[in-house]
Amino acid sequence: MSAPDLATTLAAAKASGRKILIPYVMAGMTDDWIEVIHAAFAAGADAVEVGLPFSDPIIDGEVIQRAAIASLDRGTTAPSVLAQLAAEVFAGPIVVMTYFNVISHLGIERFCGLAKEAGVTGAIIADLSLEEIGPWANVGDAAGIATVMLVAPSTPVSRTKLIAERSRGFVYAVARMGVTGVRSELGGDMESVVGKIKEASTLPVCVGIGVSSPEQATSVAAVADGVIVGSALVQRLLDGQGPQGAAEFIASLRQAI
Amino acid sequence: MTSQMGDPGQLGHFGSFGGQFVPEPLMPACIELEAAFRDAWSDPAFVDEYRSILRDYGGRPTPLTYCKRLSEELGIELWLKREDLAHTGSHKINNVIGQALLTKRMGKKRMIAETGAGQHGVASATAAALLGLECVVYMGEVDTVRQVLNVFRMELLGARVVPVTSGSRTLKDAVNEAMRTWVAEVDTTHYCLGSVMGPHPFPWMVREFQRIVGDEAFGQCNQAFGVPDYVVACVGGGSNAAGMFAGFVDSTAKLVGVEAAGGAAISAGSPGVLHGMRSQLIQDDMGQIQEAHSISAGLDYPGIGPEHAHLAEIGRAEYVSAHDQEVLDALQRLASREGIIPALESAHALAWVLRAAGKEIPAGSRVVINLSGRGDKDVAQVLSILKGESA
Ligand SMILES: Cc1ncc(COP(=O)(O)O)c(C=O)c1O
Repeated sequence: MSAPDLATTLAAAKASGRKILIPYVMAGMTDDWIEVIHAAFAAGADAVEVGLPFSDPIIDGEVIQRAAIASLDRGTTAPSVLAQLAAEVFAGPIVVMTYFNVISHLGIERFCGLAKEAGVTGAIIADLSLEEIGPWANVGDAAGIATVMLVAPSTPVSRTKLIAERSRGFVYAVARMGVTGVRSELGGDMESVVGKIKEASTLPVCVGIGVSSPEQATSVAAVADGVIVGSALVQRLLDGQGPQGAAEFIASLRQAI
Repeated sequence: MTSQMGDPGQLGHFGSFGGQFVPEPLMPACIELEAAFRDAWSDPAFVDEYRSILRDYGGRPTPLTYCKRLSEELGIELWLKREDLAHTGSHKINNVIGQALLTKRMGKKRMIAETGAGQHGVASATAAALLGLECVVYMGEVDTVRQVLNVFRMELLGARVVPVTSGSRTLKDAVNEAMRTWVAEVDTTHYCLGSVMGPHPFPWMVREFQRIVGDEAFGQCNQAFGVPDYVVACVGGGSNAAGMFAGFVDSTAKLVGVEAAGGAAISAGSPGVLHGMRSQLIQDDMGQIQEAHSISAGLDYPGIGPEHAHLAEIGRAEYVSAHDQEVLDALQRLASREGIIPALESAHALAWVLRAAGKEIPAGSRVVINLSGRGDKDVAQVLSILKGESA
């Protein structure tokens, strides 16, 4: 039935100097996906990013693609996910991550209504650019759903400012030019992206895309307010490690930041 | 008067369709490309180079051919715009020459492309060879098997073909994979999209690079008889149709796009967002994209260019569909009556005309079909189907 508010929770974490940890879970991928979310909070997650699967995820690499297919093959839909979330009480906030067609096909108003009932207080819509955000933005705001926007290494400074202004909850710093996936190295762009966003906004800045190990999390936490870990966790879940394996990995990330 | 297929503005909206639905890492590249195209397309030197290459290398202008025997049989006047005679065997060359020149103008040395049947891949590899660019083509694994010869053609032309193993392993996944690669290589690489789809500026830019087909045809019709009653083209993503329609949209000609029945985004689809654009898509009731299926790989795309969705919505163009069997019949009929073997894609346009002549198309009408490509690539497939039929 409920979960804490994303924006409030993360602002408080930033104010207290606690580094933010946001693991990503693909909704409906396994029977125990709800358990994984509870385990993530227990292991030190500050928020959980819940992926709503889409057939054509163009910013996702192989691991999350496989997770999306597995979930869709099990009959997962946005309403089914939101209904399952609505039945839970979570220890931390839920931010959904998806592609715009999943939302627009349901209808923006209807999606926001269901998401609000589910206690969702944030949304990352991968392919919804600043240019096209119009029809979504006000409805999302009115439903108390923080629209988290992405800034990439390729984003110019002037554009970063506009995106940061339109972002709610936190700003998602894309660590490197590429799709989601496990990477052995973060690459040199991460610091400058974070720096660009910090110039433009007081919102927490969390870094994602390619952050895979506790060592990388440490180096991200040294410059940013938080880290988002997706593929490395999803890979473990695809391997069948379940809530227990997820909790151990998330705890090791928590330790590292 | 402004054209009904004019400049869609900086955001690339065609009514409620089009736009730029891409992840932020790609947005700066789309903005850069839109500015570069706008600049190039208003530069007479660029346009001149583009036109010269298409003339001296590409074989333009392509002829407008009167089909005497078929016209008599059908009771209409049937004309063909002969894109099958363009270099590489289809209209795809018009677009890739434009984009390859633009790639160089932007200081990039590398092009990536997606392909279904392989026609756009072959055209891209050709343009890259001509202009000294590196070229990588993404092709669904299923299609690399179905179109082995085109894979070899691309390799002969110096391109690298990457089989795509994600999703349904066909055209839509090849687009996904090309976009994913583009994110990582956008500094050095241009994504040479093959149809009037994707994020702005692609639908507009590709239509502009293809409008040479419609502009030529309009002039040729004028010389021969005036304005046609019907202009008909097949529609996958919709580039040959868009180029053709652009020449006639402000005239009295009726415009008809023919989709494959198994991939009819206008009649069987609904509005949605895929591959950077808002358009009509074939999707399930939860917005998951479905696969398209037809006899022609080049029309197996679950969407349609956003400008077509708009032209349908405002009623300026009509979209119909053709079934595999009538497409096969149309291919054989054009071959036996006029000595022209059309691509299976193009045969969709003819199939509708054969069905509609004397019915929706009144007797005596002047009908121009854009014959978007030749059928050489399809004869092996047609052989095996016809053999199977008679067996
Ligand atoms: C000969 C021919 N016609 C048509 C098409 C479909 O593309 P479009 O609808 O963009 O013209 C293709 C695509 O491969 C083709 O090869």
